[in-house]
Amino acid sequence: MSKITQFAWSSRVLHWLMAVALLGMLAIGMHMVASLEQYRLLVGIHRPLGMLIWVLALIRLVNRQLQPLPPFLPTMSARERLIATASERLLYGLMLLLPLVGWGMLSAARLPVRVGPVVLPPILPHSVALYTLLRRSHTVLAYLLFFAFMAHLSAVLFHSLVLRDGLLRRMLPWAPKANERSDADSSD
Amino acid sequence: MPADRLRANALLCILRCEVNALVIHDTRLGTRTRLALVGVIVLSVGAAFLYLGGWLSPHQLSPGRLVDTFESLNGPHPGFRRNHAKGVSVSGYFEANGAGTRLSKASVFSPGRVPVVGRFALAGGMPYAPDGVATVRSMGLRFSLPHGEEWRTGMNNIPVFVVNTAEAFNEQLIATAPDPATKKPNPEKLAAFIAKHPEFARAVGAIKAQAPTSGFEDSTYNSLNAFELTNDAGQVTKVRWSMVPVQPAARVPALPPGAAPTPNFLFDALIAKVKEQPLRWRLVLTIGQAADSTRDSTLAWPDSRERVDVGTLTIDHVEGEATGPARTINFDPLVLPNGIAGSDDPLLSARSAAYSQSFTRRVAEPVSSSAVTTSESERVSTP
Repeated sequence: MSKITQFAWSSRVLHWLMAVALLGMLAIGMHMVASLEQYRLLVGIHRPLGMLIWVLALIRLVNRQLQPLPPFLPTMSARERLIATASERLLYGLMLLLPLVGWGMLSAARLPVRVGPVVLPPILPHSVALYTLLRRSHTVLAYLLFFAFMAHLSAVLFHSLVLRDGLLRRMLPWAPKANERSDADSSD
Repeated sequence: MPADRLRANALLCILRCEVNALVIHDTRLGTRTRLALVGVIVLSVGAAFLYLGGWLSPHQLSPGRLVDTFESLNGPHPGFRRNHAKGVSVSGYFEANGAGTRLSKASVFSPGRVPVVGRFALAGGMPYAPDGVATVRSMGLRFSLPHGEEWRTGMNNIPVFVVNTAEAFNEQLIATAPDPATKKPNPEKLAAFIAKHPEFARAVGAIKAQAPTSGFEDSTYNSLNAFELTNDAGQVTKVRWSMVPVQPAARVPALPPGAAPTPNFLFDALIAKVKEQPLRWRLVLTIGQAADSTRDSTLAWPDSRERVDVGTLTIDHVEGEATGPARTINFDPLVLPNGIAGSDDPLLSARSAAYSQSFTRRVAEPVSSSAVTTSESERVSTP
């Protein structure tokens, strides 16, 4: 059988780079607001990492348009496919939006955003009302991203461990071996 | 093949086998067990995030809880800073003389003039408290530098800080707060705090050894925390800095018998002086040596340390908070230009975190009129 069973090489690399960056970012963001001692270190990582995620998300968006997708597994119902598509769009949207909200809120408060030796220009006018709105949005969107990530993780684990349909294998960084065929494949 | 590469390969192989075991059907576990495994993994990840967010350690001091302490001791004062609540906005400029360039590549030290917005304030979270000679005075400054860079600093007129950790600061706030019944700190609580923190008594001794000057205009303001300067050659120098008044220091004037000071006498005097003529301070860097602590703000550095005068700050405008530009500035001591960095003093991170929390809370609240005003238009409403 010659049908595509894995995501494109570039898609898999981008996925796992983003997974590490996002998981790190969520952990840093959560701990940053709770820690007096680590605040300085974490803010110093949070801001440049946010910009990196934004750039990575833009690259992923372009890659997503260019690379073919493996078909949905037969173990996924029409409704599940709809949910998977919607949650993918939500994750892409949040990856692109959250860094901009963060940059925007600091701009509105006129706090310099330092990325290495460079200070990024403000992207919004000086307004503490705007800062308040965006600061709250940043928290709400970050929690939304966290729950979207948890749902994504749960779904992948459910498919891989309970249904054992080899869903995760489509995204693994390495190519699957012949003896690692899944139940779903063998039932084709 | 080098041993570490072998080890890395072995690790990668194990990881791959583990992942394969998860992904592939080759497992003898029953469906229920596998379902439970999914639950355990998902709940563990959730718990890790709860832990990181501080949800599992409600007694650990966080930026929010430190600011809560201020709010609970001082009562609600919407729109005001949670500490150093009573203040005025000032502006002017800084002129560097170039002497700082051998120590730091920061553009603020290159000869020339940069605009400055600042704020004079009194320590404490009560925005309408009457001025007191013994209350700690502060000077917050924001230097606007080329290429979007800024230097923000918050300094006090005391030679050292009273504690060296955020936790001790929180304990001190509670221990020294006046008891509602006696209007004085509870002596037992205070004694317990002093016994636990010997650095507090030592620092208070050093602070009391310096009698306060007559007002804001003739006070010396100190960075308290240490910072690291880096010059063009990459050499790092640890420093503390001070704003030393050019106008001569005066003694606190004695009041005629029976007279009481007006509630804003310190601020009123400052406003009158600035309107009379610009006020000036010299920015002096004190260069630390190997033996000088950068981690402990309660320890003074010896008087014999080299001091470098790097320029002059001129304050030529003063305005109340309602209309002045300082109200929306967070004088976060870690907003620094290239060439200046924070030291390992844990108070710097704590200040940055707590100031951010205070800023976020207060700018979301309605603005009330400040105690100190310079024009009729500022009197928005009466407190």
